Amino acid sequence: MTTTQLSQFGYGDLESLMALMTGDEKHGPAATSTLDVLWVLYDRVLNISPAGADDPGRDRFLLSKGHGPMAYYAVLAAKGFIDAGLLPGFAGYWSPLGHHPDRTLIPGAEIGSGSLGHGLGLAVGMALGLRAHELTRPRVFVLVGDAELDEGSNHEAIAFAGATGLDGLHAVVVDNASATHGWSGGIATRFDREGWSVLIADGRDHDALEAALNAPHPGQPHAVIAVVEPRDSPVARPAANVR
Amino acid sequence: METMRERFIATATELLDADPRLAVVLADISAAQFASAAARHPGRVINVGIREQLLIGVTGGLSLAGLRPIAHTFPSFLVERPFEQVKLDLGHQGVGAVLVSFGGSYDMAAEGRTHQAPGDVALIDTLDGWTIHVPGHPDEAEQLLRHAAAGNDRVYLRLSGQSNPGPQSIRPGVFETVRAGRKGTVMAVGPMLQPVLDAVAGLDVTVLYAVTVRPFDATAVRHAIHAADSADVVLVEPYLAGTSSREVDDALIDLPHRVLALGVGRTELRHYGTPAEHAAAHGLDAPSLRERISAFLR
Repeated sequence: MTTTQLSQFGYGDLESLMALMTGDEKHGPAATSTLDVLWVLYDRVLNISPAGADDPGRDRFLLSKGHGPMAYYAVLAAKGFIDAGLLPGFAGYWSPLGHHPDRTLIPGAEIGSGSLGHGLGLAVGMALGLRAHELTRPRVFVLVGDAELDEGSNHEAIAFAGATGLDGLHAVVVDNASATHGWSGGIATRFDREGWSVLIADGRDHDALEAALNAPHPGQPHAVIAVVEPRDSPVARPAANVR
Repeated sequence: METMRERFIATATELLDADPRLAVVLADISAAQFASAAARHPGRVINVGIREQLLIGVTGGLSLAGLRPIAHTFPSFLVERPFEQVKLDLGHQGVGAVLVSFGGSYDMAAEGRTHQAPGDVALIDTLDGWTIHVPGHPDEAEQLLRHAAAGNDRVYLRLSGQSNPGPQSIRPGVFETVRAGRKGTVMAVGPMLQPVLDAVAGLDVTVLYAVTVRPFDATAVRHAIHAADSADVVLVEPYLAGTSSREVDDALIDLPHRVLALGVGRTELRHYGTPAEHAAAHGLDAPSLRERISAFLR
């Protein structure tokens, strides 16, 4: 099942939906870095819908990098999980949409996040839980940032998931070269050497992202490194590949 | 004598066989003792290795997926090291879990400070929505574990190698009156019951026995105070001294009252030795307790 029929907005509407939210300028670039990955996940990859938000058989998407969630909220609104009318109230006292998402306030949000380095561990537990319930179809996707990988908790999760062949787990690392000290040898090696299946994709190319996210990886967890322009790049965001 | 840890492992193993919702999450500690359970339930007995942030993260994820996880290791590594995971991966996500520690405050006296966490209850007490059980006997530990495993809430079950000689008849969440008197009220938590009973022999005081310290049974404390001649309360807790003082003050907010809060001191002893030596050093052996309680009550 796809959510296409339910969506009220398309990819071309995301920028205007994001423009309804103001006051989070600090996180602006981070929000933009995730926009295409989030769209491809919700538009082409994830088996979830607003009507099935509590379906045990749904795919799970965990936004670990809870910073700059405007792109996330815009996609949730575009896909009908939340009312677009909530967006202008962004970060207000009574708004369910804050600078860091709270799962108890947002329909369809699987986790609350904001403190970096929590999503991968939760995703490992979720994938183990689905496996324990013998639910083999639903997949767990967790989105992390390249700077977020600085947190050591991620490496506990990466090593464990690789060693145990946790193939229900999918990590999407949005790499905008924002880690202060970088990753010698590249981010992909951190997953590859721990036994993950790893693909690198252009984080703005929707077809490439879809192919990488859906690639088979039997017996291994799967990581997609979605490379976007560096955070500090003076170059404006390139035109995305819009279907 | 069987320890609370052994009883925990035996009971959890039995519960895993009976309840498909239950999972046990380990970080190497006690993994060997759970080997037979892991062989029967490989999907529900999970050892993440020496990775305590992941221990709690996985626990939160399992709970989000609809299981009832029990996470277990020593208190330093269950509560202190992954404290932010306890706060966010469980509380902030709005999910439940049972955290079971073994090692108490100075059970591992010879191991030194690195293996001691007398502040564990105080730390959990900074968070919302936690039930905290501190049993004083393996039978009580088993009863409280079964109760916690059947629920959906967040529970910290603090097990210790220190144990009373026999079990009490307990009800989760209720302070039991072990003996009644008029000169004051002494509240003994978990393994402190026997030292307290030895200490107050011949004194005209009420002894309340608490195994569930959060939520705090304010009603029982008020009843004890109203039945006595004084509003003097002595807390005897096997963890950081003063952890429950705030609760006593709240329970008696409309009454002039006095509180003596006894427990493990803040000062790092920098001694090894035995738990009994540490109990004496913290003034928690029966002679020290008698001296301090008698001086306070008058």
